Amino acid sequence: METANFVLQMKGIGKEYYGTRVLENININLAPGEIHAVLGENGAGKSTLMNILFGMSVIHSTGGFEGEVLINGESANIKSPVEAMEAGIGMVHQEFMLIPEYTITENIKLNREITKPNIFSRLISNKLETLDRIEMNKDAKKALKTLDLNIEEWIKIAGLPVGYMQFVEIAREIDKSNLKVLVFDEPTAVLTESEASNLLDAMRTISSKGIAILFITHRLDEVMEVADNMTVLRDGKLVGVRKKEETSIDELAEMMVGRKINKVEKGTNTIDESVYKLELKNFSVDMPGEKIKGMDLKVRKGEIIGIGGLAGQGKIGVANGVAGLYPSKGEVLIDGTPLPLNNPKESINRRIAFVSEDRRAVGLLLDIGIDMNIAVTAMQNKGGFLKHYGIFSQQDTKAIKEHAEKMRKELDIRCTGVDQPTRRLSGGNQQKVCIARALTLEPEILFVSEPTRGIDVGAKKLVLDTLVKLNQEKGMTIVMTSSELGELRSVCDRIAIINEGKLEGILSPDDSDKDYGLMMAGNYSKKANSGGEVE
Amino acid sequence: MTEKAMSFSTAWKSFYAKAGLPRIVIGVFFIFLNIVSIVIGISFGSLMTDVIIRALMNMILVLAMVPGIRSGIGLNFGLPLGILCGLLGGVISIELDFTGAMGFLMAILIAIPFAIIVGIAYGWLLNRVKGSEMMVATYVGFSAVSLMSIGWMLLPLNAPEMAWPMGMGVRTTISLEGRFNHILNDFWRFPTGDMDLSFGGFEIPTGLILFVSFMLFVMWVINRSKMGIAMKTVGANPKFATASGLNVNFYRMFGTVLSTVFGAIGILVYAQSFGFLQLYLAPMFMGFAAVAGVLIGGANVRDANISHVIIGTFLFQGLLVIALPVANNIMTLGSLAEITRLVVSNGIILYALTQVTGGD
Repeated sequence: METANFVLQMKGIGKEYYGTRVLENININLAPGEIHAVLGENGAGKSTLMNILFGMSVIHSTGGFEGEVLINGESANIKSPVEAMEAGIGMVHQEFMLIPEYTITENIKLNREITKPNIFSRLISNKLETLDRIEMNKDAKKALKTLDLNIEEWIKIAGLPVGYMQFVEIAREIDKSNLKVLVFDEPTAVLTESEASNLLDAMRTISSKGIAILFITHRLDEVMEVADNMTVLRDGKLVGVRKKEETSIDELAEMMVGRKINKVEKGTNTIDESVYKLELKNFSVDMPGEKIKGMDLKVRKGEIIGIGGLAGQGKIGVANGVAGLYPSKGEVLIDGTPLPLNNPKESINRRIAFVSEDRRAVGLLLDIGIDMNIAVTAMQNKGGFLKHYGIFSQQDTKAIKEHAEKMRKELDIRCTGVDQPTRRLSGGNQQKVCIARALTLEPEILFVSEPTRGIDVGAKKLVLDTLVKLNQEKGMTIVMTSSELGELRSVCDRIAIINEGKLEGILSPDDSDKDYGLMMAGNYSKKANSGGEVE
Repeated sequence: MTEKAMSFSTAWKSFYAKAGLPRIVIGVFFIFLNIVSIVIGISFGSLMTDVIIRALMNMILVLAMVPGIRSGIGLNFGLPLGILCGLLGGVISIELDFTGAMGFLMAILIAIPFAIIVGIAYGWLLNRVKGSEMMVATYVGFSAVSLMSIGWMLLPLNAPEMAWPMGMGVRTTISLEGRFNHILNDFWRFPTGDMDLSFGGFEIPTGLILFVSFMLFVMWVINRSKMGIAMKTVGANPKFATASGLNVNFYRMFGTVLSTVFGAIGILVYAQSFGFLQLYLAPMFMGFAAVAGVLIGGANVRDANISHVIIGTFLFQGLLVIALPVANNIMTLGSLAEITRLVVSNGIILYALTQVTGGD
């Protein structure tokens, strides 16, 4: 392979964070004018790879990386984003980096302004030179024209539709004369369908001018439409490189998800097939970044149902909506009777408990002891742990302590004492406290979101085993939301996949990786309905 | 290092961690001033009596900080609102010609409804400025005091000891002589003046101690009640509280109302000991002394309890009481004690505010 033919080569890239391997031996070759897609689930290592390419400080402050980055065949030692820019690598960010109060031209030319000398700059410093707005506008116009964008360059960013902002970002990058490689980080995530198709056209235009494009995404149909080659990452490893002509959406989906299931030893649970414990009808939740837009779901009594999907698609919103934490619309039925929405107290009274995905912000009182953390919700909603003196009530310190000790034994909470503030506990033990608090409410439906996020392997197993045990012994209906598909497939009876705020479909844990991959990428419903019964 | 030195060093470390640097510095300074005062021959007994009375008369104002901090509105710099309600209660009680214990009781009973109404309005405001409560509260306090200065001018009061000889409005300071001056201080005072016991002038203001203890007990009971725990939960983590089915705004308002009511009662206790109702601009900076007191006691903007109030008020007020005669003896600069007070109180507020960590 002749190196000179590639504008960018990443050879044998590896990275470890504090002993945890996140990338291993990744190779990517990029020819001029090539559109190369990098595919992978959340946590597959896409962002780390880009951080390495851009020399972000998070990489260098944690011991650098293995392997080599070559630009035009020469070894490049990129230590900061500025050096990456000088080397001709540009990035279109997922979140726009634009100044709303500046015009399009000013944003495009920011810090690269064209200037002409004036009397003050001659006398004092060339930093005082006048802006050559005519030249700047010309350049901006040219960049916008390249993208077939019909918009005036003097308009302010504030008030532009989201789709246009994205194009301004791109225009800024292609205006840089030395641009060789342009990275698109999930560019279509915030765009409407027509905007997205415009963007794909623009990508083709850019690549036809000899600029290579790295396209990071999880939308398989877009990849098939625009990319020449694709690299699939999974768990920090390179799964494969494919040419567009040689592959299919199905194959890519399978490569992306892969088999990684460790079945938890579980007995049998009793699912009552005849009744639905929980029904969602046209349910919408307005949770920023995780919106649910009208979904239907029926949960049987006594089952563990998993809710999966990629980040930002809305899976997190389901539990938060039912728990009443974010504004929601539609209908929620519990045992067939409607639950008033947007009312956390009512949800608790209807025996729903929610273990939040955001342990530290929502799940815990960090400066207060474990005992009170466990007891407080039940005290406020069910009047437990109180002693009554006429109209006065006082906390029942003894009962609170005893209950905490019981939970500590049952869930194996490791602490110096039940009065220890939860801030000082490890992630796994914090999670156990959250679960203990939920169990104290004696729920019939338990929502757990990301129960194993940020906790170590041993604690993970214990948390999952606890959920299975609760389900089997107490017949508790459990709705478990997780980004880790393997985890869902190991404990759940059924798994609902959410895509773009809607239910994409329901799968059994034993269904193929291909089906999971397709559903997560949102290509399942678009294909002919191949037996994915949605209920 | 020897074994003994090791254990001393760990004991010191744990004490240091518990007490915190500012309390240790102020505690040491307090003891130092005590020693100096004995050395230069100031009567220790009467000095201690002053320390106790000054601490207790300020304690309820400091206690008013507790529900504010626990409910999450932070340090209640808007305490002058409560103080104004208390003063209004006192003025109306005099106008209605109550005297003695009845006068004091009526002043409190009249002040409380005002404090509840004002507290609700103030709580409503604070619920709209979440995140910058303390700054808003400071200016609410300032403007309320200024606005009420006009109010005092316009009140149609006729009691001869309050009204100006001519025109409308009330005087800047109103003597409580013959009303409820020292009503608590002198209740069961021990030993009384005619008992010839030489405690070096040391006296115990039993009534004041009982009343303040009762108020501390009331706050303790509230803190351990269902509502008090809900309030604490809201203050500790509003998102957690919402997820636990609690109405965050309601409990913040509850804390604000409590703080205002305690401020109103606090100023009346202060006034009966001081002997005067101070109107117009006097309440302007009273909030700051209360804030400094509770912070010296070891509270921070997120957590406060009764022990912080007791320790803090004794240290802060004790320091000021002793610094005055000592400073007068050493240097005849009249304003030195006042300078010390300002340096200590503002310094401690500054220190506490630098300890505020962002919500996580």
